[in-house]
Amino acid sequence: MTEKIPVTVLTGYLGAGKTTLLNRILTETHGKKYAVIVNEFGEIGIDNDLVVGADEEVFEMNNGCVCCTVRGDLIRIIDGLLKRKGKFDGILVETTGLADPAPVAQTFFFDESIGEKATLDAVVTVADAKWLKDRLKDAPEAKNQIAFADVIVLNKSDLVSSDEMRDVEMRIRAINPFARIHKTTRCDVAIDSVLSQGAFDLERILAIEPQFLEEDHHHHDEQVQSISLSTEKPIAADTFFKWVQNLVAEEGGNILRLKGIIAFKDDPQRYVMQGVHMVLDGNHQRDWRTDEKRESRIVFIGRELDRKRLNDGFLSCVA
Amino acid sequence: MSQELPSLVKKVRPLDFGAHIVGAHFIGASCAFATGEGEVLIAGEHEAHVKPHAGTILNAAGDGERIFTAGDDGRLVATDIEGEMEVIAEARNKWIDQVALGPDGAVAWSAGRSVFAGTKKGERCWEAPSTPGGIAFAPKGFRLAIAHYNGASLWFPSADARPEFLEWKGSHLGARFSPDGRFLVTLMQEPALHGWRLSDSQHMRMSGYPSRVRSIDFTHDGDWLATSGAQEVVLWPFRTRDGPMGKPPRMIAPAAKEQKVTCVSCHPKQPAMAAGYSDGAVLLIRLEDGAEILVSAAGGSPVSALAWRGDGMALAFGTESGKAGLLAL
Repeated sequence: MTEKIPVTVLTGYLGAGKTTLLNRILTETHGKKYAVIVNEFGEIGIDNDLVVGADEEVFEMNNGCVCCTVRGDLIRIIDGLLKRKGKFDGILVETTGLADPAPVAQTFFFDESIGEKATLDAVVTVADAKWLKDRLKDAPEAKNQIAFADVIVLNKSDLVSSDEMRDVEMRIRAINPFARIHKTTRCDVAIDSVLSQGAFDLERILAIEPQFLEEDHHHHDEQVQSISLSTEKPIAADTFFKWVQNLVAEEGGNILRLKGIIAFKDDPQRYVMQGVHMVLDGNHQRDWRTDEKRESRIVFIGRELDRKRLNDGFLSCVA
Repeated sequence: MSQELPSLVKKVRPLDFGAHIVGAHFIGASCAFATGEGEVLIAGEHEAHVKPHAGTILNAAGDGERIFTAGDDGRLVATDIEGEMEVIAEARNKWIDQVALGPDGAVAWSAGRSVFAGTKKGERCWEAPSTPGGIAFAPKGFRLAIAHYNGASLWFPSADARPEFLEWKGSHLGARFSPDGRFLVTLMQEPALHGWRLSDSQHMRMSGYPSRVRSIDFTHDGDWLATSGAQEVVLWPFRTRDGPMGKPPRMIAPAAKEQKVTCVSCHPKQPAMAAGYSDGAVLLIRLEDGAEILVSAAGGSPVSALAWRGDGMALAFGTESGKAGLLAL
């Protein structure tokens, strides 16, 4: 089995500094070569024969589910790129400022031939520290990009005071408790904290510890928010799977991302899971350590989530 | 697959091109292999190695005299048996994704959403609603089927009328007419095929595959449609007026455990076919009873190309890792 090609998705609202980050990745010496799928030619400063233009063609899978959208152009382009193996180490996908990251991410779970050869590494979102708060109010796309991110590059941090910075971080945390945030000016983040993140790799789900508890939010965002549920009581596997599968089938359209670490009754191993809309991926990861609290925790990021209903459902799975 | 299969393995001339074989097409008594490294490699009575493309070859077609290759360098190139190349089309900043050849020297290709159809008389262009996943000429007349999102379009390039739209939700990634032109079949993103009876646009769903179907071919008489994507070669009956509607498919030539059929090609004159598998195996199969003859043993990468010579007396195959073979019968 050959190594899968990692794919990094680069999102960010217009003007946040996405192209700056892309150019940095492409020009800095890190010994790696990337194929780049861009939405517009000409913005990239360097000449690279592996730069490909995309059309952002989104289509619905023919399975009756409206949230099962996929980027058909990516399937075609990555299929083509993978025919010249060994010519590059990774693929960067740049999306337009108005794009929803979900169809891009779902492409890697729905297309088996791409899933066999390439793997989604992380969704990286570049945000403008000064204007993000405003965009979260008026641009649903910006909110989706924050909600979806594994890594957030909070750019132009030199343009805000430390109070404003704390405020904007709180807003981000209210939406997305598990993304790694890097504060930068001119996207001067270490490249290895953006690439090779393994964010969708079940092996690398270590702990889910929301840094802000729900009660602490001062800026409650009704539309997109995160909900973290936990219990120290063991979970009944059968009941849990039935509940969570049913949940994503019914509410998958509103659930952008989910991550969970579950302690099943009489199971010596941690069960880890992650999901995008209706797609769930999960597996046993490793034995619980003796010094570890056997606590089950599941975090949802989504729109119009009903905290009480989710919590009741989750707790009904207690064995 | 059992060990006791009759074998033609020793009669195969082994080749190794070290690059993903995207397509194979016979030119006279030789075979032209198109690779993911942009090369056309001719083997057989003639030998030639040329590189018509700077990047990857995405698609290839052959008319028995030349191989036409579509590349991610935005070029469509025709290469003859001597390795002589002619640039047929160039698209700026775009990949040429698809190429198809039709009756009377007609050639069609697509770059982005634009579909071009050329004859000696000139070239016509049509903007598809989304980037075509496949294009195919009808067996007779100057008519093209274009597979795209949510269906396929039937276009008469020489007429001014708007193409006829055949709707079926989902992404359609390839198209093929039945040899008598009565049916159109498309390959879908989902593990299924879709078909239309063209006289009345009646739908035909062919589903139940465990993985995406990437290779289909009609038998020489048009009675069966052979398909990849499953653990066995799946054959859909097309002899009757209704095609496969309401009829179960036949399944022959099962793959080894946990493997699947990746490529199919029907014999041009006989009720027989070749199938390639994900473990690199290649079999000849008699349709009547499913009897198998081993052409290439398992133990390689997935078979990605299969081609019969026009007279049916030679078979070529190629794999994703670049191993290939020529068999004269």
